[in-house]
Amino acid sequence: MANRIDVLKTFKLYINGKFPRTESGRYYQPKGAKGESLGNICLASRKDFRNAVVAARKAQEAWAMRSAFNRGQILYRIAEHLESRKAEFSELLAKEEGLSSAKSKSKIESLIDRLVYYAGWTDKYQQLFSSVNPVASSHFNFSMLEPVGVVSVLCDEKAGFEALVTSLSSIIASGNSTIVLASRNSPVTAITFADVLQHSDVPAGVVNILSGDQAELATHVAKHMDVNALLYIGDDQELLKNLQIESTGNLKRLVHWPEKNLTLDYLESPYRIQEFLETKTTWHPIEQIGGSAPAY
Amino acid sequence: MSKKENAFSLKFDTEWTYAEAPESTAHISIKEKYELYIDGKFVRPKSGKYFDTLNPATEKPLAKIAEANQKDVDAAVKAARKAFPKWSTMPAKERGKYIYRIARLIQEKAREFAVIETMDGGKPIKEARDIDIPLAAAHFFYYAGWADKLQYAFPHAKIEPIGVAGQIIPWNFPLLMAAWKIAPALACGNTVVLKPAETTPLTALKLAELIQESGLPDGVVNIVTGEGKTGALIVEHPEIDKIAFTGSTEVGKIIQRAVAGTKKKTTLELGGKAANIIFEDAPIDQAVEGIINGIFFNQGHVCCAGSRLFVQESIQKEVERKLIDRLETLIVGDPLDKNTDVGAINSKQQLETIEGYLKIGESEGFRKYQAKSKLPQNGYFCQPTLFFDVAQSSRLAKEEIFGPVLAIQTFRTVDEVIEKANNTPYGLSAGVWTDKGSKAFNLSSQLKAGVIWANTFNKFDPTSPFGGYKESGFGREGGLHGLAAYLKIKA
Repeated sequence: MANRIDVLKTFKLYINGKFPRTESGRYYQPKGAKGESLGNICLASRKDFRNAVVAARKAQEAWAMRSAFNRGQILYRIAEHLESRKAEFSELLAKEEGLSSAKSKSKIESLIDRLVYYAGWTDKYQQLFSSVNPVASSHFNFSMLEPVGVVSVLCDEKAGFEALVTSLSSIIASGNSTIVLASRNSPVTAITFADVLQHSDVPAGVVNILSGDQAELATHVAKHMDVNALLYIGDDQELLKNLQIESTGNLKRLVHWPEKNLTLDYLESPYRIQEFLETKTTWHPIEQIGGSAPAY
Repeated sequence: MSKKENAFSLKFDTEWTYAEAPESTAHISIKEKYELYIDGKFVRPKSGKYFDTLNPATEKPLAKIAEANQKDVDAAVKAARKAFPKWSTMPAKERGKYIYRIARLIQEKAREFAVIETMDGGKPIKEARDIDIPLAAAHFFYYAGWADKLQYAFPHAKIEPIGVAGQIIPWNFPLLMAAWKIAPALACGNTVVLKPAETTPLTALKLAELIQESGLPDGVVNIVTGEGKTGALIVEHPEIDKIAFTGSTEVGKIIQRAVAGTKKKTTLELGGKAANIIFEDAPIDQAVEGIINGIFFNQGHVCCAGSRLFVQESIQKEVERKLIDRLETLIVGDPLDKNTDVGAINSKQQLETIEGYLKIGESEGFRKYQAKSKLPQNGYFCQPTLFFDVAQSSRLAKEEIFGPVLAIQTFRTVDEVIEKANNTPYGLSAGVWTDKGSKAFNLSSQLKAGVIWANTFNKFDPTSPFGGYKESGFGREGGLHGLAAYLKIKA
């Protein structure tokens, strides 16, 4: 068996609950930390991104209408599946991010725990951030949080798998859908993670994962008129400025996680969920017989 | 509707006349000329230039207003920067007490503020008196109390003031918008440079006098006047840390692009094209009141105005007739008259914009109704207007008119109206009228807007967060949520 030839896996994109090749037919060959080829990886095109946005938009409302409890169950299910494939992911991550096997294992374990962390928030953040507002007129008035909609994520090369898992957990916890462009140097773990999502009852289109060239796609992602928010994880100030400018077309909410912030306290916080929420305030008159009730 | 429909017609010309009831202007004081308020003093503009602010109901000038140029804005920002360390570190309780003082002084001078607001902006005195000014005072009261309680709003987060806030406000609610901007900024420990709109600067300048009287430390609030150019100087100023803007979506996008690559935080409260939806099971008479208020309040110069009415087909005729009857009873005219419901259009330019949309409606052939009352001969006035059966694709249904023009459409099913209502890049507000609770909640959940009025419309309160989805901007003003706009939150 010593000379057995490895069976190399073809890694494809993850769009709308399916694994298509890029429509562009292009690929690239990222190298592992030791310079070995990780295989042929899809170089996603603008068209792939647009397709992913269509899928994400279609999935988002139904996902948001799931009960908070159900979204929590599904996030927990992802954690369960990742736990059962811990060894495989540790190995992949070690290869891709150049970590020692002990470090890699502990990172995967912490990400499993992170999924559990966000699973727990799905039915709690609302109570934390919502309010009943004591208006002076005779109205019942409350503010609650709603998901912002479709959120795109761009990760710098350094950000890696941890950023991917954390961002998508905090984004989908509240009922958003997402399109994540995996960081260019570590797409294999990301695309393999799509396998885990696929088997965890995450509805098709809620999470879409692309591999490709951030420099090529970033402007297009920022400009897309049917994306509601954009998360940039990284420190490239030029890119950030470009994203700020290009995202004004539909006043996308631009969220930035700088590298130095990526500590446990920051990555495990309900404020990471809040960044992808909108506040909706609702008014209704209160009838007060004999009191000074408003006519409407 | 039965055969009785339109069986009677009300005689509005004879039965609905009111004696004049003008509010007195004897006790107010407007100076001939207003300077810039910088570092606690009123100073001449380095530009040396002044412009007139008019009364839109008479077209006569009320006062000369200083025009701030780059040097003036620099001076204001410098003053705010200098005041920041002390203001942001004084005991929060004391900071709160200064803000309480401002609130109290506004209440004491409420009548004068209301009259000047009406003269400078054209809104009916009853609105300035009963809504704008009391709400402005209430806003200062509300945020004054937050000053020493901020940490409770952001559990487990490290919070600190942002620094110098540049604030640019519109002409539709001049003092109220100043209050929405200044009160939370000060409560959170920031200092401010505020620019009121060029057509309505007077109440902001009266507020500056009042702030001076209150003893607020010099430089904490600076008020500079001018046109859009002055606003751009604020937006682009490198020593400003935060931009808060209320105005058009177009300008909001320009601002957002201008601050790209800087550390400036922004909150934008922009345009809207609110859907107001009336179902067949609604309390019709109350709904008609709400629809009329929703679009004609403040001459329709309201970003959250209910400018798209969706009527369920089964009640179309009844609602149309009642809207027309109600329209005929609206009193359009002298803003200072206490009976006036609809005052003057804020400026000649805005009147021309609105008239442009009226022409579009006519040329596209939509059925139109305007009240038959006579408009005053002088001043900028526009007859409240209904357009019926407006196409979803018409500019009347898509664009923010910012005037007393209602585009009416019909629908059959709940799903259809949700689709139509959400089919807009805006998302500031929406209204729904139904007596069925579950339907009201279904609609309020599915409408993509920051403020939902169910069986009511155009209500505001300092405790109630206000702000938009999508291209209506981001950030909230009012309530606990409004604090986040003026703090660095590390968590």
